[in-house]
Amino acid sequence: MAKDIVIEAKNFNFYYGSVKALTDINIKIEKNSVTGIIGPSGCGKSTFLRSLNLMNNLILTARYDGEILIDGDNILKKDIDVVQLRRKVGMVFQKSNPFPKTIFENVAYGLKINGIKDKELINQRVEESLKGAALWDEVKDRLHVSAFDLSGGQQQRLCIARALAVQPEILLMDEPASALDPTATLKIEELIQVLKSKYTIIIVTHNMQQAARVSDYTAFFMMGKLIEYNKTNIMFTNPEHKITEDYITGRFG
Amino acid sequence: MTNRINRIKEKIGFSILATCLAVVVFIIVVIFSNIIINGYSVINLDFLIKAPTDGMTKGGIMPAIVGTFLVTVITAILSIPLGMGCAIYLNEYAKQNLFTKLIRISIRNLAGVPSIVYGLFGVVLFVQLMNMGTSILAAGFTLSLMTLPMTITASEEALKSIPVSFREGSLALGATKWQAIKTNVLPYAIPGMLTGTILGLSRAAGETAPILFTGAAFYLPHLPKSLLDQFMALPYHLYIMATQHHAISEVRPIAYGTAMVLIALVFAMNLGAIILRYKLRKNRKE
Amino acid sequence: MGSFSNKLSFSKKLKEASIHGCFLVNALLVILVLAGIFALLVWTSFPAFKEISIKEFVFSADWNPTSYVKESYGILSMLVSTLMVTIGALLFAVPIGIGAAAFISDIASNRVREIAKPVIEILASVPSVVIGFIGITLVGPYISKVFNLPDGLNAINGSILLGIMALPTIISLTEEALKSVPKSYAEASLALGATKWQTIIKVRIPAASSGIIAATMLGMGRAIGETMTVLMATGCANAMPTNFTDSVRTMTSAIAIELGEVAYDSTHYYALFAVGLALFLITFAVNLAAELIFNKKQKQ
Repeated sequence: MAKDIVIEAKNFNFYYGSVKALTDINIKIEKNSVTGIIGPSGCGKSTFLRSLNLMNNLILTARYDGEILIDGDNILKKDIDVVQLRRKVGMVFQKSNPFPKTIFENVAYGLKINGIKDKELINQRVEESLKGAALWDEVKDRLHVSAFDLSGGQQQRLCIARALAVQPEILLMDEPASALDPTATLKIEELIQVLKSKYTIIIVTHNMQQAARVSDYTAFFMMGKLIEYNKTNIMFTNPEHKITEDYITGRFG
Repeated sequence: MTNRINRIKEKIGFSILATCLAVVVFIIVVIFSNIIINGYSVINLDFLIKAPTDGMTKGGIMPAIVGTFLVTVITAILSIPLGMGCAIYLNEYAKQNLFTKLIRISIRNLAGVPSIVYGLFGVVLFVQLMNMGTSILAAGFTLSLMTLPMTITASEEALKSIPVSFREGSLALGATKWQAIKTNVLPYAIPGMLTGTILGLSRAAGETAPILFTGAAFYLPHLPKSLLDQFMALPYHLYIMATQHHAISEVRPIAYGTAMVLIALVFAMNLGAIILRYKLRKNRKE
Repeated sequence: MGSFSNKLSFSKKLKEASIHGCFLVNALLVILVLAGIFALLVWTSFPAFKEISIKEFVFSADWNPTSYVKESYGILSMLVSTLMVTIGALLFAVPIGIGAAAFISDIASNRVREIAKPVIEILASVPSVVIGFIGITLVGPYISKVFNLPDGLNAINGSILLGIMALPTIISLTEEALKSVPKSYAEASLALGATKWQTIIKVRIPAASSGIIAATMLGMGRAIGETMTVLMATGCANAMPTNFTDSVRTMTSAIAIELGEVAYDSTHYYALFAVGLALFLITFAVNLAAELIFNKKQKQ
């Protein structure tokens, strides 16, 4: 792992009130790689993902300590510009959450809140983002219909396009395909392979095969701890810990 | 045998409960049919557009309609932004602490303060201390405080119905908190907020006690010229016509007519709110 | 990039903070209004107690502020009148309300429920002055016939009207309380061979009792504070009532009748605010009790 490190967590702890959700997380994530985060429900994998763009700060009882460095800057410092951080670290949620607007407005939303008013530029970015999310061909003739008219898989790709429009460097995906059928899932997975040339992607998934298919690195979380972190092919063929092997082979979880 | 007795007991019990509901429905039917039957024949265009004449024994109720309209508008102008603002604070900003708890307790208790006490408060604060005199403005301020708890509660319900994902999705794209609320929460919550608010306003329009001493007038020969004038109001006019007039039996039809117009007004507002809510739900589904 | 490591720009931070601050101040307003109502009532009624002893105010039944001989300011008869019409209202509204709510929630078909609920909501939205008018035109004459009285404007009339006004509150809150009783209670009872009726009476209503009591208390608070109906339908005689067929003057109607005729800055004026203060404290206590009962239920 000598390449560029984009994200690095050092002794990161996270609490919901008095409940400790993450213990002593140390991890380095490489630029333009796909990192899969796996583990049983409640293991803290989503909490970790949401810590990377400080989405957990919305929870009133959340507390944390340690360091998370993104491009060398500690995002847990008190006076961090959360807004800038979230522009740089985009997120795609578990359940596709298009806004009740048109397809075009959904993608343009992030640009508008960032103060971009130039119509040409907005049109151009919307097209780029939709192409980037492999959705353009399917929707180019109906950009101004409601986003709810799209299928589930299309909606999720729209959410990816929406995230791409603000030109992030890192893309967090929280079980992006968990609500989709196999065909739509496959499309998302193919898309991830394309996107990684431009973005650093971290994807939480409960689907081991998916982690094996799409990710370069895999992190296995359990009970709030990072048990094992390695190249995906090593992890899935020759895990270091017994418990990782048990999980991967489906003996629990 | 006991089985059969239990069956019979159950039948009797159910019919008692059904009777309870029937009594309630009966009361409602009686109230409405009485007002409508007696009020219907009184109402015509002249009744609606003419002022009272001949010592309020003839003529219409136009000044009272205008007065109630004006005071309701003032109430709306004040209570809608204040109520929505408070709801936004509670649902979007408030942390779970003592202060928030205190606000919530205050709202619940304000809802229980008798309307006449709001009237007393209005007399001291608005009429005297703030020098508004007995006026449309003073009455509107008083009524707006009275409707505040309802507006807040209804607005908060509307905000709660907006999925968290709208806020999260917006924040994740780099919106500030206020941007997320303004662009991705309020546009969808405002129709629902208005629905509840209109219901609160319909109650304000029908209230008498808070305006008794803050601005309602027994009789005015002309329409109010400014917001600092006294006004005639439908509910107060009904009270006068029903109890205070020198020729009560003679003006009974006018009282019925006033009651019917008042009820119609309150219902028009309620109906408006219900239609708004219905449209809203339909839009959501689309 | 990496610009997020800079502090949030000052102007943006200021904007967000000031918006937050505005909403906070806005929310503060409700506390201020409640405290303001209390403070102004205390402040305005304070001069009254220079002339009147609190003992006289609370325990004397003699309210005669315009006497040429000796003015007196005792609210006991109003207090009793208020309690009388309130209790009378609850006596009739609570059983009917609970019965109707039980029918709607447990027995009625969906169709009946869907019609009944908005109809009851309609009742809640009828202005109190209209209910008072019905008291004069409809209930009064009926009472005078039944009890053979010269007129029907008395405590019974007030009780009936206040009961009607309390019904929607009692019904909707009781229905909610019944709805929140876990299904398993009823299932257990039915599985033991109890009839649906026995289950409603012996299991569901007792299980919802604290919610029902809270509903009753809220209905009571509303009845105590209601002005127009009692003002119009009880005759408003200023005397200690002895009987439900007596005409009564409640605290609310005393304020409504007398405040319009009283000279500003007189003891009488201040005394009426003292009545308002007493009214505020009583309804406050009743509502607080309702809330405590309700919270206790939720904790269980």
